[in-house]
Amino acid sequence: MPTINFTVNGTARSVDVRDPDQPLLYALRNNIGLTGPKFGCGLGQCGACTVLLDQTPLRSCVTPLSAVAGKSITTIEGLGTPDKPHPVQAAFIAEQAAQCGYCANGMVMTSAALLASNPKPSEAEIKDALSANLCRCGTHVRILRAVMRASGRTPA
Amino acid sequence: MNAPFTPFDVQMSRRQLLKAGGALVVTLVVPASVLATEQVLRDKAGNAQAHALLDKTLDAGAVDGYIAIHQDGTVTLFSGKVDLGQGLRIAIRQMAAEELGIGVDKIDMIEGDTALTPDQGPTAGSSGVMRGGVQIRQAAATAREALIAMASARLQKPASELMVQDGVVRPKSGGAGLSFAELIGGKRFDLKVDTKAPLNNPQSYRVVGKPLLRPDVPAKVTGTHTYVHDVKLPGMLHGRVIRPAAEGANIVSVDQSSIKKFPGVKVVRLGDFLAVAAPDEWDAIQAAAALKVVWSDSDKLMGHGKVEQWLRSGPFDAEETLVKKGDAVAALAGASGKISASYYWPIQTHGSIGPSCAVADVGAKQAIIYTASQGTHRYRPAYAQMLGMPNEAVRLVYVDGAGCYGMNGHDDAAADAALMSKALGKPVRVQWSRQDEHGFDPKGPPQALTLEGALNPDKSIAAWRTEMWLPRATASLPTVPLLAPQTAGMPQPKGISTGLISQNGDPPYEVANVAVGVHWHDSAPLRPANIRAPGKIANIYAVECFTDELAAQAGMDPLAFRLQSLKDARGADVLKRTAALFGWQMRAAGAGAANKANKRGRGIAYSHYKHNETYVAMAMEVEVDRASGEIRVLRVACAHDCGLIINPDGLRAQIEGSILQTISRSLYEEIRFDTRRVQNVDWASYPILAFPAVPEVRIELIDRPAMPPLGGGEAAASPVTAALANAVWDAAGIRLRTVPFTPERVKAALQKA
Repeated sequence: MPTINFTVNGTARSVDVRDPDQPLLYALRNNIGLTGPKFGCGLGQCGACTVLLDQTPLRSCVTPLSAVAGKSITTIEGLGTPDKPHPVQAAFIAEQAAQCGYCANGMVMTSAALLASNPKPSEAEIKDALSANLCRCGTHVRILRAVMRASGRTPA
Repeated sequence: MNAPFTPFDVQMSRRQLLKAGGALVVTLVVPASVLATEQVLRDKAGNAQAHALLDKTLDAGAVDGYIAIHQDGTVTLFSGKVDLGQGLRIAIRQMAAEELGIGVDKIDMIEGDTALTPDQGPTAGSSGVMRGGVQIRQAAATAREALIAMASARLQKPASELMVQDGVVRPKSGGAGLSFAELIGGKRFDLKVDTKAPLNNPQSYRVVGKPLLRPDVPAKVTGTHTYVHDVKLPGMLHGRVIRPAAEGANIVSVDQSSIKKFPGVKVVRLGDFLAVAAPDEWDAIQAAAALKVVWSDSDKLMGHGKVEQWLRSGPFDAEETLVKKGDAVAALAGASGKISASYYWPIQTHGSIGPSCAVADVGAKQAIIYTASQGTHRYRPAYAQMLGMPNEAVRLVYVDGAGCYGMNGHDDAAADAALMSKALGKPVRVQWSRQDEHGFDPKGPPQALTLEGALNPDKSIAAWRTEMWLPRATASLPTVPLLAPQTAGMPQPKGISTGLISQNGDPPYEVANVAVGVHWHDSAPLRPANIRAPGKIANIYAVECFTDELAAQAGMDPLAFRLQSLKDARGADVLKRTAALFGWQMRAAGAGAANKANKRGRGIAYSHYKHNETYVAMAMEVEVDRASGEIRVLRVACAHDCGLIINPDGLRAQIEGSILQTISRSLYEEIRFDTRRVQNVDWASYPILAFPAVPEVRIELIDRPAMPPLGGGEAAASPVTAALANAVWDAAGIRLRTVPFTPERVKAALQKA
């Protein structure tokens, strides 16, 4: 059984898999026990499974585990905790930017990646960065406010 | 009625609460609330002081059904209504905290557990606060009165001289009091809920009306919240159901050798129910895809293009007159300038971002099913029948799912998991695929309407007729028929479920002659179920667009036209406040019809939800790109009056969600199907609202503390489509009478205009 070695949230991990092309999402959720990334579509269309490869958002549901061998992955659990939230997570809490919260993983991870590369994005830039992250509850206006807040500005 | 605790307790403690050096086994993921409850039960077993929970009643008429006060003075609420993301988890705590006189931080809440929570009906129809919260509030008021009476006896002071504060009953004049823990900690109240127990004066509210933060949001945004998708039991298998190639197709043959290469995969076949299970999820997914199955041919569906024609054609199952006032038929026959218009609302999916999932652990004598169901009590008998067990042996435990907005596939996934767990003798988790969810969740039903109306010489509405064509919910059908027993050939009640979809078909305005009737079908093209604001969005879309057409005929401003014949003061208030919030300028609508270069327009619509609940008005500004046919919603204003507001921020979130989700349903959404199966089974082929299309949203909440709290979960969805369509008329002079408002439909309408 092939073993894939990679780093998750700063910790070295070895995962034994029958199929090295199994999507990263299942390794994170089932082998490692990080259930923050969610299964939404398995097609890379909705963003619920988003993790970061270095600072770039990655759709873990369509990324073969073999493709992250030797690489460093950050999941939402590695960003912050309820007690010590990342600034983006703190802003999501302050704006109550989750209803069912199933999409929140992708929203938080994509927003964190955006702010890491563009600390003061315009609203249009935030909308563009999140354009492929779907939310069905209609939490969008709060998410936009949360990203503004996380960038140190007062939301409109 | 006492809950069957002991068997579950034993089972849970052996199988799920195995302790390893004081810590829970690491592979175990069961919701914290479930663990906490079980832990409380076990810790207190054998403790004579702590029998309240062991004998916990499920009586919806008993204080102990809803409330337990523990030995440390903390409180657990047992709520039959569940938090689906709409914020009940804080709102119901606030209602109970206010009446009990204790902080929300001292209150835990168990939701939708058939072994622990009373049956308060399904969490549907915007009833969470309005009915479920109100019941718990009354239980809390009864409990508070009882606590005061106990303290009165022990402190030798009249009840009128006592007050409750922070979990302590104390003399108003000061001095030592008695804590809840001292008064009743760990013991039962043994009291019926007193429907006359006095509620606190709204003017003294300290908790209700405050925008308290929802307790689950920190975990939701840090990836630590437990969804049903995350539940993991020891020995659990991952199941996948193989769906038929066509609706109604039967299995001809299954070639099990086709999945030999996947280790440990088991095939479950019961009639035409076909599934695979494996210890490894990816193995299960691959095996489900690889399993060679020959299905019989079947092409029994009508195809989405024929649904409206089918709806409007007989034979019908029943004819029903819903409203008859004056003589609309005669008045319309004699009217000059009579107008009529027909509208169609298509079949839509609930569109949950997480496909449905459930975990079932079916043993020889009892079953526990972790489910995101809106109605755990409601569905329990269906699972009991399917499993051949008595109701008491089946326990459903609510665990959060992805937002469902009505009955999506959650209850089906639970049936899939239960059937597989029984067949395999192990816990089974069934995760639907995206294609399963779009293809097989029960769908929002189609609706067709034709309206006729005429004006009086004074420009008021003289006569109004609404004719509806709808699939009717089967009377007394206990649950939506489930796929697993259906395909397995097991008996279950037959019929369809659609929700109360014929409400709000009549105008909310003063009209002397009104007739509203419905032609009922007893079937639907795809299995239907309730979807957010069932029926009301389409009906109000038709009614409020038609009102706009009458206003245009009168040459009047659409707001002025509505206000002239709206006699309900709360209704007029939401319209006026919406207009002010929007910056509405009085003028006749339809600028776009006169000026072909015009792009922008505004529209307004009003809803008195179900004619006896929440008042809401909506104004929108849109831009119509005449070349591409694309509609862009620029901004939305909404005033909302649902009586007493429990948590204004939670309410605001529900209104925002109702608006954005309904814009999505109006602009983009229709389930397409051929004669065999649903065709648009992913987000590329069934697009929903995305961030670039999100408008500015302004909301004004009208709090009426002296009025009962009404629903906030769906009323704001009801006028959205009408406001949008009316704005398109103003912008471009076209009436969009078929949803969704696709660029193709807009261009076609522009060509005809």
